Amino acid sequence: MTAASTAASTAAPTVVSVAASTAVLTAAPVSISAATAGGIVAALREKFPQDADKITPRASADHPAINIPATAAVAILTHLRDAHGYDMLADLTAIDWAEGASPRFTVVWHLLSVASAPDASASGTSASDAHAKPGSYLRVAAGCANDAEPEMPSVAAIWPGANWHERETYDMFGITFTGHPDPRRILMWDGYPHHPLRKEFPLAGVEGELPDPEVAAETKTKLIAAPMAGGPFVASSGGLNIGENEPRAKDESWNENAEKPKAEGLKG
Amino acid sequence: MTTEFTFQDNAAKNASAGHLAAGALAAGHLPDDAPIFDTEKMSISMGPSHPSTHGVLRLQLELDGDNVTHCEPVIGYLHRGDEKIAENMTYNQFVPYTDRLDYLAPLANNVAYAIAVEQLAGLKVPPRCAAIRVLVAELARISSHLLGFGSFAMDTGAWTPFLYQFTEREKLYTLFEELAGARFTTSYTRIGGVARDLPEGWLQRVGGFCDQFLPRLEEMLAMLTRNKIFQDRTVGIAVISKEDALAYGLTGPNLRGSGIGFDLRKDKPYSGYEQYEFDVPVGSTGDCYDRYLCRGEEIRQSVRIVRQVIKTMPDGPWYAADTEEARRIFAPRKDKVLTKMEELINNFMIVTTGPQIPPGEAYFEAENPKGALGFYIVSKGGGVPWRMKIRSPSFCTLSILPKICKGAMMSDLVSILGSLDFVMGECDR
Amino acid sequence: MVTANKEATYNSAIEGDIVVTRLDAVINWIRANSIWPMPMGLACCGIELMAAGGARFDISRFGAEVMRFSPRQSDCMIVAGTVTYKMAPHIRRIYDQMSSPKWVIAMGACASSGGMYRSYATMQGVDRILPVDVYISGCPPRPEAVLDALVKIQDKIRREPSGRALFKEENKG
Repeated sequence: MTAASTAASTAAPTVVSVAASTAVLTAAPVSISAATAGGIVAALREKFPQDADKITPRASADHPAINIPATAAVAILTHLRDAHGYDMLADLTAIDWAEGASPRFTVVWHLLSVASAPDASASGTSASDAHAKPGSYLRVAAGCANDAEPEMPSVAAIWPGANWHERETYDMFGITFTGHPDPRRILMWDGYPHHPLRKEFPLAGVEGELPDPEVAAETKTKLIAAPMAGGPFVASSGGLNIGENEPRAKDESWNENAEKPKAEGLKG
Repeated sequence: MTTEFTFQDNAAKNASAGHLAAGALAAGHLPDDAPIFDTEKMSISMGPSHPSTHGVLRLQLELDGDNVTHCEPVIGYLHRGDEKIAENMTYNQFVPYTDRLDYLAPLANNVAYAIAVEQLAGLKVPPRCAAIRVLVAELARISSHLLGFGSFAMDTGAWTPFLYQFTEREKLYTLFEELAGARFTTSYTRIGGVARDLPEGWLQRVGGFCDQFLPRLEEMLAMLTRNKIFQDRTVGIAVISKEDALAYGLTGPNLRGSGIGFDLRKDKPYSGYEQYEFDVPVGSTGDCYDRYLCRGEEIRQSVRIVRQVIKTMPDGPWYAADTEEARRIFAPRKDKVLTKMEELINNFMIVTTGPQIPPGEAYFEAENPKGALGFYIVSKGGGVPWRMKIRSPSFCTLSILPKICKGAMMSDLVSILGSLDFVMGECDR
Repeated sequence: MVTANKEATYNSAIEGDIVVTRLDAVINWIRANSIWPMPMGLACCGIELMAAGGARFDISRFGAEVMRFSPRQSDCMIVAGTVTYKMAPHIRRIYDQMSSPKWVIAMGACASSGGMYRSYATMQGVDRILPVDVYISGCPPRPEAVLDALVKIQDKIRREPSGRALFKEENKG
């Protein structure tokens, strides 16, 4: 074993053959996932004819992905769970495409099929045909109609686990989930005024008050913006001016050239 | 004194309310169902600094006597802004932050993150790299489950297993230190490979660890498995049904303890897990004891996988092939960087601008010790992710607490928390 | 002067059982060698703090193995991990509940300065709410570094004017 690892450590990188390396990673080939997404899109269009034009395949590097309209989200997700076997909500999150984009906020559900399809004899054969294999994911995305005050129907009634995910998404992005049983912040404290994962919010944060006024008075401490002058540094590529391309912190909200970020300027 | 007043007050109240005949009261005879004391529901805050909350979890409890009538977890005390930080740095710069998500198994987090980015980039890694990743992920699983086991034992009142498992963990730490230079914040993977090859003779030492570890493991598990006190505190406590486990998104040993044999290593194999033989333990009732048994068996299975990896460790490079595409993602070898101009420029660009990942979205979940750790990465191209969502298994696990703690005894809470084996660094991110 | 009381004068029966020293030295000797830490395990550093209590590093060699999770029983808070703004008031409250004399060790980069977490949620160093006596560098620090900090804090305790502090006006009653 010693000899083997020594040989490997001195081996040149050209030794590896492409054929050997392709067998390792298990990203699904693009053609298959596109086909699967097409199948689901067709099935959903058939089931939800009134939203047929809004149910579209979504570009994806791995799993099948579809876009759905926000208005029909609960109905479609329920159908996906019951008829297609996506019985677990693996993840629920949102993307902020920054101010100016429309729709600005996209909510993304990742569904996972865990249990195998029930026997064909027990249920209709068509249902087990549509049933996803265990271990297959489906990405479902819907844009929020209103960019300023985004809203999305809650799926906490379908998957109780969505309760916390939606609270987190509200906390971080300010997306209101209509019909949510407990719409409060979860990661930041109640009363925190901003939604930190919105693009206009600086990584450094802004000045504010500690959650506990007594401790704040005792220690004379408050929230301050974190110093960003020391990095981490990232260079942008492609610009003509070399001076602008040099590595710098992406969030320049507080360094030698910029004033500390102010809470007033934030819309979040 | 206080007690006497309460008694008299209540006795008078009960008498006036007609519950008791005055004569019976005077004689000191009370019927069995007589409400002697008024019971008031009590609110208790458990945490955020409590030895059994494994970090900074806080439970707001409403108690009726010893019974929990309402339990609301309050999280976020370790919310450090990982997702926002990820949007502000290159993909490789984020690797150290993944160490600190589930800080009981940093190597497994490193592996999950690297595979997620590679999946987005469409990058293939060679067999040796994949095997190394499996090896380190399984060692991380052993170390994480050991600490989970030890702290669970400590929560239920046994101190010895905790000290025993730390001795074994120290041996693992020594191996990790030799591999990556740090005891547990390893930052071992890179996009497209691992940081360095295995040290000389390291595999033998891992094999030696496994040989001496298995008897020690049996000794440790034997302390709890048939232990009357431990069984009394865990069997039948906090049963999670299959339906609930699915509905709340439980993964890992918590899902399998409930009787669903779903394991991403089997059902959606990554990094070459399909080459190794191992069994997936499944619980039957879904109580705290089943979850403990599942973890114990998973340690044995991990040792089994580790031994197979050692036996079949392929030779070759430990990073992806040096193709045109790969050159946009990771830096060339150091000897080339130091001797060739083009590679030097390439190295400079990769280090300063980050790996150039094509636009797109990818979501990858790895079977980590705590459950499925997922990374959802949205790229607009370039070296910095546009959005990175970390799907943490502990977050989902804790969301079931209000459901299973309702009706439990106050003293069972520590068993429940210990059996769920969560980490707040990952939960709060 | 001849008295019946021989205790104050030379007594051959107790020879060698009496050591003459300073009050400070006695108090500090006791305090320094029986530090009861309050392990404020917030994040990753908490695991290394546990490791310091394990068999290999064995913090009990320095008399500090009695980790107390109740602030009222402990006299040295080890802040091990990232202090977020949400958590900071709780840490201060726990510190306030500890009885004097008390010391604070900021373990690791996060507790010392915010470390690698420069973000909206992280307090940039626990010294903004607590008086820190010893800072430990590292992310996380090795258990040896924790032991080193313990030795440093023992040194600090040994140099304190504890005897005088007993008779200070504000400490009376």
